[in-house]
Amino acid sequence: MSEKKKSKIKKIQSTGHLRKIMADYFYELNDASKKGSPKIAWCTSVGPAELLLSLGFLVHYPENHGAVLGSSRTANDYIPVANAIGYSPDICSYLTSDVGAFIKKETPLSRGYEGIEGVPKPDVLVYNTNQCRDVQEWFNWYSRELKVPCIGISSYRNIGEIKDYHLEAIVGQIKDLIPTLEKISGNKFDIDKFKSILALSRDCTRLWKKVLETNTAAPAPISFFDETIHMGPAVVLRGSETAVEYYTVLLKELEEKAAQKDGAVEGEKFRLYWEGMPIWGKLRNLAEFFIDLKTAVVASTYCNSWIFDAFDPDDPFTSMARAYTEIFIVRDEKFKENYIEGMVKQYKLDGILFHDAKTCPANSNNRYGMPERLEKKLNIPALTINGDLNDLRCYSEEQAQTNIEAFIEQLETK
Amino acid sequence: MSYFVGIDVGASTTKAIIINEKREILGFSVNDSGVDFQAAAEQAFEDSKVKATVPVSNESFIISTGYGRRNVPFANTTKTEISCHARGSFHDFPHAHTLIDIGGQDSKIIKVHTSGKRISFKMNRKCAAGTGAFLEEIANRLKIPIGELNDLAEKAEEEVQLGSYCTVFTATEILTKIREGVEVENLVRGIFGAVIKRAMEMDPLEGNIVMSGGVVAYNPFFVEMFGEKLGKKIFVPPLPQFTGAFGAALYAWEEKGGQNA
Repeated sequence: MSEKKKSKIKKIQSTGHLRKIMADYFYELNDASKKGSPKIAWCTSVGPAELLLSLGFLVHYPENHGAVLGSSRTANDYIPVANAIGYSPDICSYLTSDVGAFIKKETPLSRGYEGIEGVPKPDVLVYNTNQCRDVQEWFNWYSRELKVPCIGISSYRNIGEIKDYHLEAIVGQIKDLIPTLEKISGNKFDIDKFKSILALSRDCTRLWKKVLETNTAAPAPISFFDETIHMGPAVVLRGSETAVEYYTVLLKELEEKAAQKDGAVEGEKFRLYWEGMPIWGKLRNLAEFFIDLKTAVVASTYCNSWIFDAFDPDDPFTSMARAYTEIFIVRDEKFKENYIEGMVKQYKLDGILFHDAKTCPANSNNRYGMPERLEKKLNIPALTINGDLNDLRCYSEEQAQTNIEAFIEQLETK
Repeated sequence: MSYFVGIDVGASTTKAIIINEKREILGFSVNDSGVDFQAAAEQAFEDSKVKATVPVSNESFIISTGYGRRNVPFANTTKTEISCHARGSFHDFPHAHTLIDIGGQDSKIIKVHTSGKRISFKMNRKCAAGTGAFLEEIANRLKIPIGELNDLAEKAEEEVQLGSYCTVFTATEILTKIREGVEVENLVRGIFGAVIKRAMEMDPLEGNIVMSGGVVAYNPFFVEMFGEKLGKKIFVPPLPQFTGAFGAALYAWEEKGGQNA
C-alpha cells in the first residue's frame, strides 16, 4: 500500500540538465581534491570568484554546501556539534551546520553523488564580507583547522549611494589578493583571462535576470521555491560556458510556459514577494502549501541577489567591485525599500512576505520597521513569518502556515 | 430550521457554538483539547447541542477554526482563527477596533476596519510568554490553582516587576522573589503585568480596544489592569473565550447565504 503521493509541484523539464551540470561540478571538485590539482579555492557566495577562476582555481562555495545541508534536512544533525565547540545557536546556521558536518566528517553530497566522501580540501579560503561578518568567522575556523591561508575583502555595510571612494577601496583589496593567489595557484595573473571569465559571468547573470523576469507574466511560470534550486549554476558555475548554456535552455522553457499561460500555480489568484532567506528544509512543503492557496510567490530579494548588472569586461576590477558592492544586502534601508517597491510594481504583487531568519540578521529585513513602512507606502499588506534558513528548531510549521493562510484570507476580502 | 456551527480547536481548549438563522446563540460548550483534537471537537459539538435552548438537528453547516481546525472531519470547511476572531469580535463591536486575543498557546493582535474587514494582524513570536500557557506554567510553579490567580492579583498591594520575556527565566526570577519574601499576591499581579507587556510590545494599541480569549474570560482583573496601563476602557464581548468559535459560526451563516439560508 505504499503508493507514492504525487507532488502538486509542476515539473520543470530543464531540471534534468541542471542535475547533470551540478553533478559534473561536484565530481570535478572531488577529483581535484583527491589529486591535488587543480588547486581549490573556497569562496563566499558573492566573493571574487571570477578572479579565482582566472587564476585556474576550481571554486567551492561553502554557502552552497550550507544550502545543501538545509535542503537535505541534515543541518539539524550538525548544528549542535558546532554549538558544542562554542559557536552559538544564534549565529549563522549555514556556518554551524557546515562546521558541524565537517567535524563529523559527513556531507549530504555523499548521498546524492556516489563516491564523494567529503567536501573538497581547500588550498586557500577567500571571503567577501559583503554577505555578513559570519562568513569571515566561518572561513577563519577552517583556516585554523586546516592550516590554510584565509584572505579576503572587507566590504562596506548599509550604504546608500555608491561613491568612487567605496569602489577604489574594494578594487585595492581585490588587487591585494593577487600575489597570494598567484603563489598558491602557481599561475601568473592574466588580465585577458580575467576579462573573459567576467564576460561569461556577465552573460550568465543577464540570462538569470531574464529567467527571473519571466515571472512578470501572469500566471508566473516558476515559483520562488523552484528558482532557489535553479539558481545553483548562477552561484557556483558563474564564469563558465556551462552556466550560460544552462540558462539559455531554462529561459527558453520558461518563456514558452509564460506564453502558454502554464503557471507554476494552477489558478493563480495572488502574487507575493519573498523577502529574506529561503527555509531550505521546507521548500517542498511551502511550495505545495502555496499551490493549495492558489498563491504564487513570484519574486524575491534572494534570487535577485545573483544579478550583477555592473560586470564590464572592459573595466574588470572596478566593475567587479561595483557589482559586489551594489547588491541589496550591502545597502541601506532606503535603497532596500525603493528596491522592493520597484519589484512590487514590476511583478504586480499583492503582498510581501518577510522571513525573519533567526540566525541571519543580514537577510532579515523586517527588524527595523520596513514591513510597516512598506505597507503604508504601497498600500499592500506585509506578513512576517519566523523561521530560519537551516535551523528548523526556529521554525513552527503550524504557526507559519496559520499566519500565511490568514494572510491569504485577508487578501481575499480586500 | 438551519443551524450554523463554529468549532474552535485551540491548543488548550476546544470551543463550539451554535447559532440560528437570526445569528442568535443557541448553545455553546468548552472542553480541554487534550491530544485527540477530533474527539475534543466532537465532544464540544455534542455538549453544545445538549446545552442548546432548542433541539439542534444534524443538518448544520460547520466551520472549524483554531490550531486543530484540520482535525475536524465533520466540518464543512475551515478558516483560520485570525479571520474568525476578527469576525466574531466585529459582530459584538461593529466599529473600527483593535482586538487583542490572549489564547492558550498564542496571542494575536488584529486590526479591524470600520467595514469589518481585517487591516492587519500579528501573532506572538515563537515563545510561550504572553500567553495562557505562561500563566499556567507560573501558577504551577507557585502551586496555585489557575482559577485563583484573578483574586490573588486583585488583592495585591503592588505589582512586582519581572524583567525577562522568557517563561523559564521568569520562573527563576519568581523563585528568587519568593526567597526574598515577596508576597504571592504581588507576584501574581506581576505575572499579569508581564503578559500585558508582551501584548503591548507586539503592535501599537490604538483606537478602540476589544479583548478576547480564555485568559480574559476567567480573569476580569487582568482586563482591568490592561485598561489601566493603556489608559482606556477595554470592551469585552459577552463570551470572550468563544470569539473565534462565534466568528466561525458567523462565517458558516454567511456561506449559506445569511438569512436566506
